[in-house]
Order: sequence, then structure tokens, then C-alpha cells
Amino acid sequence: MNRRFAVLVLGAALAAIPAFAQTLRIGLAEDPDVLDPTLARTFVGRIVFAATCDKLLDLDEKLNIVPQLATSYEWSPDYKALTLKIRKGVTFHDGEKLDAAAVKFNIERHKTMPGSTRKGELASVSSVDVVDPYTVRLNLSAPFIPLLAVLTDRAGMMVSPKAAKAEGEKFGAHPVCAGPFKFVDRVAQGRITFERFANYWNKDAIHFDKVIYEPIVDSQVRLANLKSGQLDLIERFAPSDIAGLRADSRFKISKIVEIGYQGITINIGKSDLAKTSVLKDPRVREAFELSIDRQGVVDVAQEGEGMAGNQWVAPTNSWYSKAVPIPKRDVAKAKELLKEAGVPNPSFQLVTPTTSDAQRFAQVIQAMAKEAGFDVKIQSTEFSTSLDMADKGQFEAYVLAWSGRADPDGNLQSHLGCKQPLNYAGYCNAEVDDWIAKSRTTGDRAQRQKYFDQIAMQVSKDRPIIYIYHRHWLWAYTNKLSGLRTVPDGMIRLQDLKMN
Amino acid sequence: MKWVKRLAQRKRALVGLVLVVSFVAMAAFAPWISPQDPLATSWSAIRKAPSAAHWFGTDEIGRDVLARVIWGARASLLAGVVSVCISLSIGVPIGVLAGYLGKWPDMLISRITDAMLACPFLILAIALAAFLGPNLTNAMIAIGIAATPVFIRLTRAQTLAVKVEDYVMAARAVGNSDMGIVLRHIFPNIAAPIIVQATLAIAAAVIAEASLSFLGLGQQPPAPSWGSMLNTAKNYVDNAPWMAVWPGLSIFLLVLSFNLLGDGLRDALDPRHV
Amino acid sequence: MGRFLLARLGAILPTLFFVSVLIFGLQQLLPGDPATAMAGEDHDPEAIAYLRAKFHLDEPLPVRYGYWVKGVLQGDLGDSVRIQRPVAELIAEKLPVTLELAALAMVIALAIGITAGVVSAVYRDTGWDIAANLFALWGISTPNFWLGILLILLFAVHLGWLPASGYVSPFEDLRANLASMIMPAFVLGNAFAAALMRHTRSAMLQVLSSDYVRTARAKGLSERNVVLRHALRNALTPVITLGALQLGELLSGAVLTEQVFSIPGFGKLVVDAVFNRDYSVVQGVVLFTATVYIALNLLADIAYFLVNPKMRT
Repeated sequence: MNRRFAVLVLGAALAAIPAFAQTLRIGLAEDPDVLDPTLARTFVGRIVFAATCDKLLDLDEKLNIVPQLATSYEWSPDYKALTLKIRKGVTFHDGEKLDAAAVKFNIERHKTMPGSTRKGELASVSSVDVVDPYTVRLNLSAPFIPLLAVLTDRAGMMVSPKAAKAEGEKFGAHPVCAGPFKFVDRVAQGRITFERFANYWNKDAIHFDKVIYEPIVDSQVRLANLKSGQLDLIERFAPSDIAGLRADSRFKISKIVEIGYQGITINIGKSDLAKTSVLKDPRVREAFELSIDRQGVVDVAQEGEGMAGNQWVAPTNSWYSKAVPIPKRDVAKAKELLKEAGVPNPSFQLVTPTTSDAQRFAQVIQAMAKEAGFDVKIQSTEFSTSLDMADKGQFEAYVLAWSGRADPDGNLQSHLGCKQPLNYAGYCNAEVDDWIAKSRTTGDRAQRQKYFDQIAMQVSKDRPIIYIYHRHWLWAYTNKLSGLRTVPDGMIRLQDLKMN
Repeated sequence: MKWVKRLAQRKRALVGLVLVVSFVAMAAFAPWISPQDPLATSWSAIRKAPSAAHWFGTDEIGRDVLARVIWGARASLLAGVVSVCISLSIGVPIGVLAGYLGKWPDMLISRITDAMLACPFLILAIALAAFLGPNLTNAMIAIGIAATPVFIRLTRAQTLAVKVEDYVMAARAVGNSDMGIVLRHIFPNIAAPIIVQATLAIAAAVIAEASLSFLGLGQQPPAPSWGSMLNTAKNYVDNAPWMAVWPGLSIFLLVLSFNLLGDGLRDALDPRHV
Repeated sequence: MGRFLLARLGAILPTLFFVSVLIFGLQQLLPGDPATAMAGEDHDPEAIAYLRAKFHLDEPLPVRYGYWVKGVLQGDLGDSVRIQRPVAELIAEKLPVTLELAALAMVIALAIGITAGVVSAVYRDTGWDIAANLFALWGISTPNFWLGILLILLFAVHLGWLPASGYVSPFEDLRANLASMIMPAFVLGNAFAAALMRHTRSAMLQVLSSDYVRTARAKGLSERNVVLRHALRNALTPVITLGALQLGELLSGAVLTEQVFSIPGFGKLVVDAVFNRDYSVVQGVVLFTATVYIALNLLADIAYFLVNPKMRT
């Protein structure tokens, strides 16, 4: 009797002791830029935002739109207005309340702040109405279905109006949002520290007191940090390290196919080079595509960590057009086409950024295309310079990856629409433009898919971009960590993540 | 030639010389020595450890590392020698000019040289290489230009010292032309320390090329160069260490040999320098 | 003395001017539009236009130079485009880090270099000499980034004795700070140990064969006494002065070391800025470094002048 009583008391006492302060240390592949959702421009910055700035809507593993700061959404019948119900009881890190007025402030900030990189994403939003304290309506100048996906990214992130007004441009140095962790400090190009926000609306899902992000560019060093125990979780480790990690029982690996793509953009109309390049002949482009073994590229360049693809969305994506399957490698046919086109040994420059991934990719492509008679000359260029060259059309072919957006429109419109900012190929097909425009305004899923099918069929013939594969997002972490959700956008969501 | 005899007496310098000559021979006879085509890829032999078929193992897309190391000697040697030639051809004439003419030309040249020396060498080289574009030739030009101020300064100092020597004063008094004096009296007498510095500079240039390649600015793949091989190999150090070991070792040996040779030359050519 | 000082000071201004022109020009000549590089993935034309206007990118080169110099003279080195913070602030934040790294590296370099140099000179042409030589030579013959990666693999991954990378402020945790700095300091210092070894060796050899030492020997002092108390002290003066000047060159080496070990110092700041076309950062940092280097040179010259009576005439 006494013993049992003692155990009970001990148990109660132990339960009363708060858990030790838990810190999660995450290794990033790059240094994020400014931590202001309106001004931010990098992929890696979004990973950090996941800790501190909650968004109106979020994505799940299947890329469905799910609520976060907004509890529900509803399109008007003509799709020209989107009404969002705002979650009650949410406060920002500085104690300010999140309400419809705050949402309105944020959307307008995204649209009007000088230097904002969200203007293009929210271009369709003409005004924001506060319907009631917890209901907001975005009025659109024209239907824009991808808006929901846009609101799952930085454009949907809400910052404290009070802090934003007070800090103005300098807000990014000390962001104040409504996410699970609040900003503590940041060493430029070094550690970024966050601590738990006690009044987070979803605080039961948070099991850490502190989160520290450490940007380490060299993947070997990042991995070494994980192995030596200095980091708990790393993103984007090199595929060649998978075997070693699998063999090590101290660590676990998670992966998922990205929403972006890796491909080769061909200059078919961006500049005069398009007229003199050997790739101007569609048969030559077709031959080039046929000379490539996509799965082989994935196997050699990424150790099998990827998925072959031939469209701007991956074959596992619900919007993938089944009408245009991945062509098989056919060197014989490629040679035939080249003979027909009168250029049995075509030669062209492939502008390749100096990152190791791009270099490996280009070398594999070069070796494969050689078998069909192509002489691919790799023109290594520093990344910033390559962007400039692409902008000016100073290339014949360019190895370009795209990090991807949740809605397929984000992978399509800016790259293939006439005269759009990311259309380096200089592609301009009136029909395709029309289909793209219609796909953005059609709420009906089946109809939208039809448009994508038509675009896919045309683009696969014209080949302004030859999509080769989709990477796997790779995360490696200590086996004590559980609850990591693998979402194709590559973000690290901290809700439900816990250390055992 | 006394200095040759002195050089031959120094074991260290001889070792350096022998190594340098071996590397040059390796580079020159690469097509005959190399067991395979350094560019030949093989999808089935990716990152294989050293074996009978591949003495140094294979790299991340199946190329033979030994072949790439042998052929890579060309790029590294070129990087070292050509950069220094660029530095010499710009630096020495300017340095002589500054030292010999004095006054305004000297002031101008010295200030510009000081300015270049005040900028960290690697930053200058990186900025230049980024400006010119990432390839071996531009890396050589970048390194060459960034290393020029050292030679300007050295040549200037030597010229100043020699200018006041008796034989130069005498030649002047006799009425020789400036050009003649420079060519016949100054150059031969300042050659020694410049040659020593040049040899040591080659060593530094080889490392500079490797450094630029590490940052993605030197010789680009698929062409083999030890620096760019190290850059690629750093991603696989854990599971394919042979990719990094052999090029790294080669750089080390090449640089070491030039350093030994340079040290030996310094001892041999300058009797005052014990 | 006064005239000498004035002359040296007079030389500094044109040098700084050339430095500013050199680094400004080089930056602006880099291909690639910084506004596009900075505007992010989506290449929003409005964002690009805004950045171009804000940083005067559409104005002619001399005008931009004018804006920059005007700012510098007022103490404003501009803002980093990438992370929107003043360059001066970034320098203040990162300078101590690189300084600590450089100082530790220098200590290691002095310890290895001077010891190797003394041993090499005293035991000239013996096995010790060759060993000392090779050890110091190894320092400059190995690319320091390669050495860094190998050390990380050995000490951090396999042995677990030291952290693989990163930086902890000494004010936060001195032990962790030293643990994270020792490998990079060693990698950085190794390279300069060789230079110091050479200088120490030649200085020692000169002193050892000088009259001063011959007299000491003749007096019957022990060899150890002669070497350590008489020769070394005299040999060290030029060596240490040279060592101080190497501080400027250490920054070059620090660039790669900081990249490999992810240390948020000067070197990393500048390299990243070059690749990101963050002009103001590169210009500000290089100008600052150059000024410090020139100031150090001036101090060294003054020190030489005071110490060496021969120069005073």
C-alpha cells in the first residue's frame, strides 16, 4: 500500500515537472534573404517563414488547399470574389489581434509596398473588403483560380500591422507574424533563432521551445553537422549520401517529388540566336529529346532520387496530362530525324550554371546526346550571369530548374506565356496563350484539365522547354525526430514535429 | 655557371626540380601515358573504388580518375605557368619603369600598385574571374592580373637598388641610351630574385586556380583539372574519397616541388642569401 | 620624422582613391544585372524596376561612383541589397569574427613557423632541417579548403571531438567558440607558418653568423643561451613586423576557410556578395579592408623608422 502510494505521488510529481527546453536545430542549404514576406525572394526564405509566419491557407501532402489562418474560403459564382473566414482568437507575436482589417492591411501591403515581389502574384486582386471583423473578401478584376495556391505562399502570410507600420522597410530585420515561433535574432549569413510563441493558436501541435536555422552551403559540411549531432534535421542533402545514411541507424530519411522541374530551355524566339541556332528546326529538337534517356539521367545524375517527367508538373501530380506520356529514348529515330533535317552532327552551346547539380546534369545529357550525333558544348556560366544571358536571349539552350508553385499555373504562365518575365525561350503561341488564360479563369476541374491537356500536347510538339525530371526533396534527420510531413513544396512544417 | 653548381648541391632543390620535370613530362606525354580517355563516361562504373581496371577509381559519372589526374596536369601546370607569365610580362616592365624613371611615373605606378595590394588577392581574383567568365583561360588571366602588383613592387625595388650601382652610373656617364642600360645592365642584375619569386608564384598560382575552381570559377567540367576535380569530389568525400585524394595529392606534390625549387634557386642564385 | 610622416600620409589618399575606383569599377563591370539577381525567382518586372531606381543602376558609371563616394565620406557605406541592412552594420558584426579567426591563425602560424624556422636554422642541413622545412611547406602546398574538408571528416564526423562547422560567439560560450575555431584557425595558420618559417630561418642564419653572436659564443655562453637569448631576439624583430603585415593577406585565406567551415565572417560575406552581385557589400568591405591594410603598413613603416636609426638620415 505504501509503495503504491509512493509511486503515485512520484508519478504526479514527475508529471508536474515541465519538460526540458527542447531546441530543434535545422540545417539549410542556403542563406535566406530578407525575412519580410512582402520583400522576400528566395526558396530557402520560405522554409524559415514556416516557423514564424503563418499563412491564410496551407497545403497538404497531396497539394490540397487546407485552412491555416483562414478557416474557410468560398468563391463567388463568377469567380471574381474570394471570401475568406478568418480564424478567431489568433494574435500576432506582439499581442495585436488578427482580424479582417489586419488581413486587408497585409494584402494591400503586398500590393503597394515599394520593392514588393508579391505584386505579380496578387495582380488580379483589385480591392479587399472587410465584410465583418472576421470575414474578408478579395475582389478580382478577372477570375484567377490559382489565387488560392498563391495564398498558401508568401502572399498569404500575415504580419502584424502595428509592427509593419512602425518598422516600414526595416521590418525584415525583426519580423512579427502569427506563426508558432517568434523571432529572437539573426547573425547575417549565420544562425537564425526563434523561440516558442506562447499564444500560438495551434500551440498543442508545437513541441519545441526553440528553433534554430543554420545556413550551411556545403552539403558535405551540412551532413557532417548532422552526423556529429550539431544539427537535428537537414534539408537537400546530396543523393550520393543516401546509401551512407540508410546504413546508419541513427538517422532517418524522408523524401517527396518536388512541385518544380529540371529541364532545358531552348531559345526559339527570344533573340536572333534563335534564327541561326541549329535547334531552330523542330526535328532537331525532337531528335535531341529522343536522344535523352530521362530515367538514365535521374539514375546517374541524382542516384535515382527523382522522377522522370515531360511536363511542367510531375507524373504524380493530379494535373498531369495523361494524353502526353513520357517518350521513350530512341536513338535510331533521332538519327533518322537529323538526317532528314540535313544536320547529322548538330552542335550547340548549352549554358550551364556552375552549380554541381547543373554541371552533372549537363554532362550526362552531353554524353547521351552524343550517341545520336549531337555535339553539345557545355558553356559553364556563373548563375547570376546566366540569368542575365537568359534575359537577353544570349543562349541556344539553357539548363534551368524551376522550384515550382502549388498551382500548375505557377509553372506555366510566366514561362510559356508570350512575353512573360520567365519566358526565356521566347515562345509565343496564340492558342497556347489563350488556353493558359482560360485555365486561370475556369473553376470547373474537368474543363481546366482539358485546357492543360491541350497545352501539353502543343508544347510537347514545339519543345520550347524540354522537361527532363523532377527532383526528390530530401530530408535527413536524427531518428529521435518524428512527425515530419513530406509536402511537395519542400517546406519544413513544424506542427506535430517532436523529439522523442 | 656557378649557380647551377650551387643548385645541384642542394638536395631539396634537386628533388623539387626532378618532381617538376616529372609533372611536365606527365602533362606533355598524357595522350600516351593515360590508360583511358579522361572524358569517357560509363554508367555502370560510377564511383567505383580503385581496382585493377581503374587504378585510382572512377568519378561520379564513371570516368577514370587516373586518366583525369594525368590529363589534369596540363590544366594545373598551364594555370600556374601562364598566370605567372602574365604577371611577369606586365609587372616587370612596369616595375622597371617605375624604378628607373622615378618621380611622377613612379608615384602613379606605386599608388596603383599599393591599391591593388591593399585588396585581398583572392577577392580580386574572384571578382576578375566572375567578370570574365568561368573557364580556365579567364582564371589564368584573373590570377595573373591579381598577382602582378607583387612583381611590380619587387622589380621596382630591385631596379632602385641596381640603379645606383657603379656600373650603371658608369654606363650612364658614358652616354648609353636608357633602353640600352635597362636591357644590358639592369635586367640581368635583377633577374635572380625575380626568377625565384616567379617560381614560388607558380606554386601559389596552382593553388589559386584550385581555389577558384572550388568556388566554381576555374576550369569547368568535363575538361579535367585538379582544381575542378576537387570541387566535384568535395560532394563525395565520405563515400568516394579517392575522387579527392588523388587530385589533392597531385596539387600538393606539384606545389611542393615548385616551392622546393624556388627555395633552392634562391639559395643558389643569391650568394648573400645564406 | 615629420616630413617622412607627411610624405607617407600624402601617399595614402591617392592609394585609397585608386582602391575605390578599382573595386567600384570591377563590381560594376561584372556581367549580370544585380536587380535581376536580387529580384528573386519570379523576376517581377516591377520589383526589378524598383531596385534599379533605388540603387541608381540606370545612371552612368561616374554618377554612381559619385553617389557612393559621397555616402562613404558621410560614413554611409550603403545597404546590402540582399538582406536590406547597412553595410557598416554587417562589417561591425562580422569583423570581430574574422579578426578572431585571423588572430588565432596567426598565433598558430607563429608557433609553428618560428619554431620550425629556429630548428631549421640551428640544425641546418640535418634531418631536423628537412623535416621542419617539409612540415612548413606542407602548409602552403595544400589547398586549404581541401585540408579543411579532410579535417572536418576526421575530427568532427569520425572522432566527434570538434564541431563540424558554424560559429558560437565567445561571449556566449568560450569553450564552444574555441572548439569551432580551432580547425579553421589551424587550416588558415598553416599556410602562413611556411612564410614565417622561411623568414625566421633566414633571419636566424644571418644573425647566427654575425659578429654579435660570434662574440657571445667567444664569451663562452652555452649554445642554447646563444640561440635563444641572443640570436632569436634579434631575428624576431623583422619577422614579427612581417607577420603583422601578413594580417592583410590572411583575409584572402580566410575567404575559403570561412566558406568551408561556415563561419559568418568577412571572407564569406564578400564572396557571397560577389556571386549575388551585392555591390555595396563588396565595395564597402574591400574599401574598409584596404584602409586597414594601408593603416597597418603606415604603422609598420613608422615602427621601422623609429627602430632603425639608419633610416633617420
